Amino acid sequence: MKRVVITGQGTINPLGKSAAETFAAMQAGKLGIGPLTFQDVDRLSIRIGGQVNDFAPEDHFNRQEISLYDRFTQFALFAAAEAIGQSGLVFDGALADQAGVVLGTAGGGLQTQDENYRSVYEAGKNRVHPFVVPRLMNNAAASHVSIVHNLRGPSFTVATACASSNHAMGQAFGLVRSGQSKVMITGGSEAMLCFGGIKAWEGLRVMSRDACRPFSANRNGMVQGEGAAVFVFEDFDHARARGADILAEVAGFAMTSDAADIVMPSKQGAARAITGALRDAGLPAEAIGYINAHGTGTAANDKTECAAVSDVFGAHADRVMISSTKSMHGHLIGGTGAVELLACIMALRDGVIAPTIGYQEADPECALDVVPNEARLAKVTATLSNAFAFGGLNAVLALKAI
Amino acid sequence: MSQAVKDQVLEIIAQQAVLEVSDIAPTATLDDLGIDSLGLVEAVFAIEEAFDIEVPFNANEPGQSDFDVSTVAAIITAVEGLVASKKG
Repeated sequence: MKRVVITGQGTINPLGKSAAETFAAMQAGKLGIGPLTFQDVDRLSIRIGGQVNDFAPEDHFNRQEISLYDRFTQFALFAAAEAIGQSGLVFDGALADQAGVVLGTAGGGLQTQDENYRSVYEAGKNRVHPFVVPRLMNNAAASHVSIVHNLRGPSFTVATACASSNHAMGQAFGLVRSGQSKVMITGGSEAMLCFGGIKAWEGLRVMSRDACRPFSANRNGMVQGEGAAVFVFEDFDHARARGADILAEVAGFAMTSDAADIVMPSKQGAARAITGALRDAGLPAEAIGYINAHGTGTAANDKTECAAVSDVFGAHADRVMISSTKSMHGHLIGGTGAVELLACIMALRDGVIAPTIGYQEADPECALDVVPNEARLAKVTATLSNAFAFGGLNAVLALKAI
Repeated sequence: MSQAVKDQVLEIIAQQAVLEVSDIAPTATLDDLGIDSLGLVEAVFAIEEAFDIEVPFNANEPGQSDFDVSTVAAIITAVEGLVASKKG
C-alpha cells in the first residue's frame, strides 16, 4: 500500500477566502456567523448563518462560466485553485490520467433549484434557462474541477449528508493508497443558504436562532454555513520525488453505519468509526492529541459524540483536546468535514488548536477538554476528524504529522 | 418590425460568439462563429425570452427541427416567421 500525503489545501468559508485567512480566524476564535441576507429571509424563523460574504462571481469567472456554475461549484473551483496552486502540480501527460477528483456535497446545486422553482411556481414562468440541469446536478462541482484542471482519472461525487466530505476524502485516500491514482483532488462544497435550503431545516426544529454553542449546557441547536475546502492527496513517493511541501500524512480512515435511525445518532456507530480509523492508521488512542469533533451544537449529537470518544479513549479521553469549529463557521453540511480538516492540519503544522467558541456552561455529559473559547498552543502529532451524518453514516479520518 | 427582429437576433448570436455584431456575416454558420451545442441552446433560450415565442428546436437532432439553424440568415428568417405568426 502507498502512503498518502496532503500537498495542497484551499478554502472559501465564512472565516476566510484562503487557508491562511481561515487559520488566522480560527486562531483568533473569530465568529463567522451573522444575519442571513438573501431573498425572502423575512419569511424564515431562522435568520442566522455562516454566509460567505463579499464574494462576487464576476471577479473570478467569466459570463459563460457563471451561467454554468451554481454557487457550490464556484466555491469548489475557488478552493481547488488555491489547493492545486499550492501543490505546484500541473496535470498533463501521464499524470493527468492518474489524477481525479472526489468531492462531497449534500445539496449540490440547490440555489439553482431554488431560483428556478421560484421562477416556475411562484412567478408562473414557463421557461427556464437551458443550463438548469448541468448547474444543479450533484457532480457539477467535481466535473468542473476535472475540466478546469485536466484531471482525467477517476472522478465522482459523494453524498452522505453531513459526512459527505469525510466520505469523499476517504475514497480519495483509498484511490491513492491502492495505487489506482497518483493524485486525487478532494474535499467538499455546499451552498445551502437560500430560502428553500433553510426552510427545509427549520422544519426539523434543530436550528438555533442565536448561536452554535457545541458542548455548552445552554446550546440550542445547529447553525448552517456555506463554503468549500479542497485538498491535494498525493502518493508520498511521488510527492517526495518532486520535493513537494508536505502538509500532513493521511494515516487512516474508517466508515460505519448505525443501521438504526434516520436522524438520531448512535454512540456505537460513532465509536466503531473512531476505533476503525485508529486501527487503519495503526495508531493507539494515546497518540491522538486533537479531535475535530462533529460537534453540531445539538443535544443529540454532542452527548452521543462525547460518550463515543470516552468509550474509545478510556482514560486518555481526559487528555485529548476536542473542539468544534462549527461554533465559528457553522455547519457546512456536505462541505463541513473538508473545512474542519483544516483545523487538524493547523494543529499538526502550527501547533495551534482551534477553539470551541460560544462555550458558556459546562455540561456533565460533555465533560471533555473542548478547548473552550480560546485557541491553545500544543504540540500534536496525530489528529482525528469526525463526521456523523443523518442516516447514521459515520466517517472518521486520521491525520499525522510528517 | 423586421429590422428590429434582425438586430436583436444578431445581438444574441454575437453575445454567444463573444463577437461584435458587425463581425457576424449572414452567411456564417454557428460552427464558423464557434458556437457549440450548449451555446446554441442558450441562444434559443435567449430568443424565446426576447420575443416571447416558442422555438421548435430539438437539440437531439438540430437538423431535423422545424427551426433552421444552418446559417445566421436562416435563424433570422425563422425567428421573423415565428414572431409574425404570433402576431397574426
